[in-house]
Amino acid sequence: MTLAAATNENLAEISNVLIYSAMAIYTLAFFAYIAEWLFGSRSKVGRTAAALTPKAATARTAPAVTVNKAGGTAVLERPKVVVRAASGSRDVPDGPGAHGGDEKGDLYGRIAVSLTVLAFLLALGGVLTRALSVERAPWGNMYEFNITFSTTAVGVYLLLLALKKNVRWIGLFLTTSVLLDLGLAVTVLYTASDQLVPALHSYWLYIHVSTAILCGAVFYVGAITTVMYLFKDSYENKLANGGKPGSFATSFLERLPASSSLDKFAYRVNAAVFPLWTFTIIAGAIWAGDAWGRYWGWDPKETWSFITWVAYAGYLHARATAGWKGRKAAYLALAAFGCWLFNYYGVNIFVSGKHSYADVGLGALGSVGF
Amino acid sequence: MSDTTTDNAPKAGDDQDLGAAGSQLSTAPKEEQPNLPSLGVIGWARWFWRQLTSMRVALLLLLLLSLGAIPGSLIPQTGIDATKVADFREKHDILAPVYDKLGLFNVYSSVWFSAIYILLFVSLIGCIVPRTWQFVGQLRGRPPGAPRRLTRLPAHTTWRTGAEPEQVREAALALLKKRRFRAHVVGDAVAAEKGYLREVGNLVFHVALIVMLIAFAWGQLFKYEGNKLIVEGGGFANTLTQYDDFRSGNLFTEDDLDRFSFDLEDFKGTYELTGPNRGTPRTYEADLTYSVGAYGEERRTTVKVNQPLEIDGSKVYLVSHGYAPVLTVKDASGKVVMDKEAVALLPLDGNVTSSGAVKVMDGYRNAEGKREQLGFNAFFLPTYGGEGSTMLSAFPALINPMLALSAYHGDLGVDAGTPQSIYQLDKTNMEEFKDSDGELFKKQLAVGDTMTLPNGAGTVTFDGVKEWAGFQIVQEPGGGWALGGAVAAIAGLAGSLFIQRRRVWVRAVRGDDGVTVVEMAGLGRSESAKVPEELGDLAGLLYDKAPGAPEPDDSDDPDETSPKTTGPTDTEAVPAEGAEQ
Ligand code: HEM
Repeated sequence: MTLAAATNENLAEISNVLIYSAMAIYTLAFFAYIAEWLFGSRSKVGRTAAALTPKAATARTAPAVTVNKAGGTAVLERPKVVVRAASGSRDVPDGPGAHGGDEKGDLYGRIAVSLTVLAFLLALGGVLTRALSVERAPWGNMYEFNITFSTTAVGVYLLLLALKKNVRWIGLFLTTSVLLDLGLAVTVLYTASDQLVPALHSYWLYIHVSTAILCGAVFYVGAITTVMYLFKDSYENKLANGGKPGSFATSFLERLPASSSLDKFAYRVNAAVFPLWTFTIIAGAIWAGDAWGRYWGWDPKETWSFITWVAYAGYLHARATAGWKGRKAAYLALAAFGCWLFNYYGVNIFVSGKHSYADVGLGALGSVGF
Repeated sequence: MSDTTTDNAPKAGDDQDLGAAGSQLSTAPKEEQPNLPSLGVIGWARWFWRQLTSMRVALLLLLLLSLGAIPGSLIPQTGIDATKVADFREKHDILAPVYDKLGLFNVYSSVWFSAIYILLFVSLIGCIVPRTWQFVGQLRGRPPGAPRRLTRLPAHTTWRTGAEPEQVREAALALLKKRRFRAHVVGDAVAAEKGYLREVGNLVFHVALIVMLIAFAWGQLFKYEGNKLIVEGGGFANTLTQYDDFRSGNLFTEDDLDRFSFDLEDFKGTYELTGPNRGTPRTYEADLTYSVGAYGEERRTTVKVNQPLEIDGSKVYLVSHGYAPVLTVKDASGKVVMDKEAVALLPLDGNVTSSGAVKVMDGYRNAEGKREQLGFNAFFLPTYGGEGSTMLSAFPALINPMLALSAYHGDLGVDAGTPQSIYQLDKTNMEEFKDSDGELFKKQLAVGDTMTLPNGAGTVTFDGVKEWAGFQIVQEPGGGWALGGAVAAIAGLAGSLFIQRRRVWVRAVRGDDGVTVVEMAGLGRSESAKVPEELGDLAGLLYDKAPGAPEPDDSDDPDETSPKTTGPTDTEAVPAEGAEQ
């Protein structure tokens, strides 16, 4: 008994050390991303401007760019597919990424990604040792939820990178918020490792909470992209209307993908997890049915999950509705993510309900965490 | 968004042509500009219906629904926590009546909230029915023929081949059919379409929403739920009279109660013994024997917090627990008037400090031999810290139980007909027993202790402690339908979001110089990198069947030149995102 307890505490201690180390490495990665952006600012990209400013019109009479599916160069090996943007959208090429084509910038970008991978592995180790120390899923309180959430978000980012998506530019924003999230976790939210109250002893904990975390992480990546879309879109608008954006905005936004690419990417990301979010809510309802004897009781957490769900459904509808595409839909997506955030932080902190962690009600058999 | 690439936009004729090619690729309702009717009632009704079933209104209703749900999460709700509402009323005597008027204490059953979701669901039905018909029509029909200029489509390719146009079309038809496109030849081109499951998924999703709502409403109308507190050794049979409290839906009748009964054999709670979370509950288990039907055989089971017992449509949940001291009371003559009876007390805090009342109603005679009733206020600590410590339990388990009783005699008022709480004494007709100082007579008892009431009025013995468990019995029909709807909704949603509906056309005609020119083009419902990718694959396969012929002399670098059939504007085409990879 004492021996087991000692091992547990050792593991919890190791977990803490790993999380702190991960934070240190994330900080280094953060600086490396900054370096990437800084070196990248030396290069003059100007693709968007070239495509949109009137004086650059000559660029458009250049020959069609064709895509060779087979990748070979042999003439007539395979037919080439010519792809064009739908009429009505701007034909703006994607920016090269944060390094802006600068070699040194690119090098720092690569270093940053490597560091992110290292930090991710450390954080993952921290989450796993935490789980081992309590012999359960590491999602019993907000501290555990936070460390899992940020680790998952970075995991999603690295996965997208591995799939060769053009997302490296997200790294700076992601590491910033991951550092904030972990900082909050280790200072304000820290909870000594502990076992669960009886209501949390359920396999639904694994199903419901793991998908909730994954959805949050993916929604988060979608939200960052949406914000960048809004910036880039107004930048393109300004250029197209003959305006002259500031040099910082130019340098920064030129390196991002085209607004239409960002918009599409954000949509895909959000649409891809929406079914999973739907599933999360339903799994939660089933669990509530088992734990509390009712599937749905408009508990604040349930209510905000519902609001988040309806907001994302509204976003998906908006994309299908003529007058609501583009910026308006983007605002909706951000509002929906705001609902998600509030559901996690706001409801836990400001609103009391059945999903609260600490207090065990009068004779009630315990409440459920997230 | 402003259209800034004007010189790139197709000409009007092309627009129409393309419109036909892309027609019915989705069954989403057309967005019409609100066109104010000048007609009478029917005109207005039709206009209203069109508006209600438009995407724009569906969107607005969705947004309204999410906005409308917010106040209910921030303002206390009667249905969730009535005491909080009462608190709120006391503190805000101006705001509370306003909230009352607006139904803000009952948001989710308020008129305006119901109005939003009912409108939404009417809109939903009004949207689904025509879309289903339209979709059935599309399934029966065939993909539309190729637009005049395939090169205007988002993804296209072309090459010259020595094969005959008919051969190419045949090969294309076979290829597309093999790839499970619906394909047919129209004029000089093959038209093909794939991905109908997307629309099916979308319809299934929206229908599933309706199924879920109906199942939910059904459940609310026929549901019942009640609570029952049972001391170890006690039992329960599922009839109305046995419940401590009971609620039911509007259409519930007593016949809907499932026939079953169960006994609580044993309740076990375990708690963290050490560390900062000392006293935090770890497990709660109730061992039951139960039988289904009037004379069903006895079965054993264990009910835990997350594992209700399911009997037919009913579920038995373990929802609370506490302690019940076992007492023996003798009257002045030494006759036993309460024989080892367990009296359930209500917990007051996390360490199960408990309070309640002990009532001796029948058979008691006082020292003068007169009939009377006895009442005791009871206070119980499962773990008493010892002499001089607080009157609060130090731990939730039974480590050092202590029962404090204060004694009264007289008329309990239980026969007056008004219902009273079993956990409280009505002291209006009760008199205190006095100790030697003239104070209320009270005593702290450990297990086994006996207290003697003043003036030979009798004795009370604290024999031991049993545990009790609170059960909630719930029946909510329609759960299966709701779950089925939910599963269908997710499946449909996945289909509608992940399947791309797209069309492919292959045109093969003899060019001016007698060589066959093949043109292929793809069109997706939304712009997607998958469409050109797939088109490339298809083109590659078709190219093997209809290999290329040499280009006419004037093209020396095919990477730079488009074949003749493409218009001059096409040279401006730039790859869309994603196509490079
Ligand atoms: C409870 C209310 C509703 C919810 C939660 C909901 C949810 C959704 C979702 C998540 C999608 C995305 C699927 C996709 O993008 O293809 C969708 C699509 C769609 N919804 Fe709804 N919907 C609701 C009500 C309605 C109503 C009332 C209408 C009719 C006006 C409607 C018409 C459509 C249409 C036409 C699409 C397909 C859009 C397209 O083809 O891209 N929905 N809905």
